[in-house]
Amino acid sequence: MRWGVIVFPGSCDEQDVYDCLKRNLGQRPEFLWHKDRLKGKFDCIVLPGGFSYGDYLRCGAMARFSPIMQGVVEFAGKGGLVLGICNGFQILCEAGLLPGALVRNSSLQFVCRQVFLRVEETDSPFTCSGKKGQLLRMPVKHGEGCYYADPAVLERLRKNRQILVRYADSKGRSSPAANPNGSLDHIAGICNEARNVFGLMPHPEDAGEKTLGSEDGLKIFSSVVAACDKKEKKAWLG
Amino acid sequence: MESHNHPSFIEPYQGAATGVGGILRDIFTMGARPIASLNSLRFGGFDHPRTPYLLSGVVAGIGGYGNCVGVPTVGGELLFDECYNANILVNAFTLGIAEKKHIFKGVAKGIGNPLIYVGAKTGRDGIHGATMASEAFSEESEKRRPTVQVGDPFTEKLLLEACLELMKGDCLVGIQDMGAAGLTSSAAEMAARGGTGVELDLSRIPLRERGMTPYEMLLSESQERMLLVAKKGREGEIRRIFEKWDLDAVVVGKVTRDRMFRAFFDGAEVARIPVAALTTDAPVYNRPAERPPGQDELQRLDLEKVEEPKDLGSTLKLLLESPSIACKEWVYRQYDHFVRSNTVVAPGADAAVIRIKGTEKGLALTVDGNGRYCYLDPYVGGILVVAEAARNLACVGARPLGLTDCLNFGSPERADVMWQFSQVVQGMRDGCVALGIPVVSGNVSFYNETDGVPIYPTPTVGMVGLLPKVARHVTPWFKSPGDVVALLGRNREELGGSEYLKVIHRMVKGTPPWIDLKLERAVQQSCLKAIDRGLLRSAHDISEGGLGVALAECCMGGPEKPLGARIELREMMRGDARLFGESQSRIIVSLREKDLNRLREIAAKEGAPLQVLGEVGGSHLAVHPLVRVAVEELKSVWSSGLEKRLK
Repeated sequence: MRWGVIVFPGSCDEQDVYDCLKRNLGQRPEFLWHKDRLKGKFDCIVLPGGFSYGDYLRCGAMARFSPIMQGVVEFAGKGGLVLGICNGFQILCEAGLLPGALVRNSSLQFVCRQVFLRVEETDSPFTCSGKKGQLLRMPVKHGEGCYYADPAVLERLRKNRQILVRYADSKGRSSPAANPNGSLDHIAGICNEARNVFGLMPHPEDAGEKTLGSEDGLKIFSSVVAACDKKEKKAWLG
Repeated sequence: MESHNHPSFIEPYQGAATGVGGILRDIFTMGARPIASLNSLRFGGFDHPRTPYLLSGVVAGIGGYGNCVGVPTVGGELLFDECYNANILVNAFTLGIAEKKHIFKGVAKGIGNPLIYVGAKTGRDGIHGATMASEAFSEESEKRRPTVQVGDPFTEKLLLEACLELMKGDCLVGIQDMGAAGLTSSAAEMAARGGTGVELDLSRIPLRERGMTPYEMLLSESQERMLLVAKKGREGEIRRIFEKWDLDAVVVGKVTRDRMFRAFFDGAEVARIPVAALTTDAPVYNRPAERPPGQDELQRLDLEKVEEPKDLGSTLKLLLESPSIACKEWVYRQYDHFVRSNTVVAPGADAAVIRIKGTEKGLALTVDGNGRYCYLDPYVGGILVVAEAARNLACVGARPLGLTDCLNFGSPERADVMWQFSQVVQGMRDGCVALGIPVVSGNVSFYNETDGVPIYPTPTVGMVGLLPKVARHVTPWFKSPGDVVALLGRNREELGGSEYLKVIHRMVKGTPPWIDLKLERAVQQSCLKAIDRGLLRSAHDISEGGLGVALAECCMGGPEKPLGARIELREMMRGDARLFGESQSRIIVSLREKDLNRLREIAAKEGAPLQVLGEVGGSHLAVHPLVRVAVEELKSVWSSGLEKRLK
């Protein structure tokens, strides 16, 4: 399948995503430069982590105006799969592809540590290889990862089962101690209503090998591969 | 390795951030991609009102810069002592990987070749920064704030990517960071190395603010700037790459034959001086050095007057929660240590381990230093810092490739400080020679003193080692109940210069621990060979806080569930010395019982003493007959020690 990994000025994790897809899953990803228009055919576009435009003004606020983003919005509108990790998640929220916002961590500090994610829903192209309640271990590393949305939006996210992963402890329980940033309802990642756009704060690309402490992150990428391979993609488009 | 001590004391966030920025540029200016950073930090006591503010600011600054540039901070060290109350130390270390064929140097060659300015624009920040950093502090320090540069990690990230992209081609002759003394030093140094001269047209310098004088332009220490020498006629290629990354690239001068440094502004010559006068002909000082008369008294320690605590369990807990020994997670969780997805052993172990993508190999990195040892005996202290760094590498299974250092001292105009300096350097040299470790680079920071009181002489060492198979690495923490716990090395009755004397008895006296470099080598080699053969399940260096603290760390310092241990100490000596003495050349290892004989053989062959201490298991750390404490209790005081002092 065809992966595109966008490079914004200040992206830091694009190489990690690229290597993880290539080395661990045998995929053939391609870098996309933010100043270009989105051309060619892709199955999944990844917006990687980092500090696009230095996170100046507001995380993701400037990257959404990069020339490539217009194509990404159109691609998502046609049902193309879009995955935003960390800063990518922030950009997707700023671009209006996902509801809500990511604000300063409740600790007011950058946080880098291993966390567990509990898979809440498996009927999405990003979690279809997982099991409901399954725990995935991977790192978070961000200063602004506290998910926030107004009560109406939150209610809609719950009702439509758009909260795909929540923070949990090693036993699978959500608690303030297991939540690294104070996210509302322990939200670690959400998808849009059409379920083809997914944003999450933790970094699956840094949990792709046993040597690095965990290979649970592969679940996210291999779900996408499975969804595309089985051409089940349409099922998620509802 | 680079120091940013003075600026970090004046403005902790920006001071530390630009320290990281500077060392990163030093790495990628050579054509190497930075792959990991560490830092070595010293702060004053927690009863000093400025300490929490300085610590929080420095840590946030290091994280703020390093995280944004996308280079992982994988380890470091952090110690507290009153001698750093008014002179904190911020030493930043970065490691990069370059291809041997593609190493670039700061050299200006090829008469007529253009000098190209790339990166951020020039402002009035940091003027006289280098001079400020070379003065002792006084009450006036607060006024120095404007001399501290302001960092922009986003621009640094762009500059990094643009430079590395440029270096893939062949249009570059030389390149150098504009560091201390800005454009002046980079241009003059490049000319000196090339045996050439330079001519600068200051009217073309990209400026951030209007009305800057030539003097300000030449001395500005604005960050994220580089000076390139390119092949003539290739300017367009360079401009295109920097345009892609939205950075300035402007021809600001040329290489000349006459070995002169010349600057022009609006057509008029504003500076003209032989390059040699600014570089190679700079005076070489040979300052008087003299052992201070108080040194003998300092080294005198009458242990009979040191009362042994009745409850050594409580003493152990006091040590574990003291800021220098307590868990540093509050610090390193503010640093991205995963980016680039190579981190195999994250902060908290004896050394960090990263793998080299696409190979089976790994690199281990550590930074170490102990100013108190050097204060009590600078020569021995110099040996100990080298030995400890190498031992830390041995504990993860890595053989040293090389070291770099950062030598932090008081004013060299004082004979006692010069004596400390020369002694430390001799000690480090002797340690390196005995252990076969090349010194590849270094940095010196003088004038770390305030109102006439210098810091302890504090050399810090950054050492890098190689693991042929990264999968073989070992961590410090016990792995399973039933494993044998053994000691490589020998316990001696030594309390001089220990953390225990300092924290519990408020004494800084005696001589630092004795070291026999032959024994040191034997212990390290035994550990390395045992790891090569897959015999060890854990290995941990014994340092500040001695055997007691090291055992506690083996039990509860790791990311997994804590484990207890049953230990018996047979040596006949005072209990506090047995537990908290800091004898060198000791490593605590754990292994399966069936592997014990093979370890014995290795140790015997290398000439390292090996002693079985006990076994892993239970919920307590029991060191018969001295201490028995629940591991959970140890963990709770150790984990909260630093954070509770910051609230």
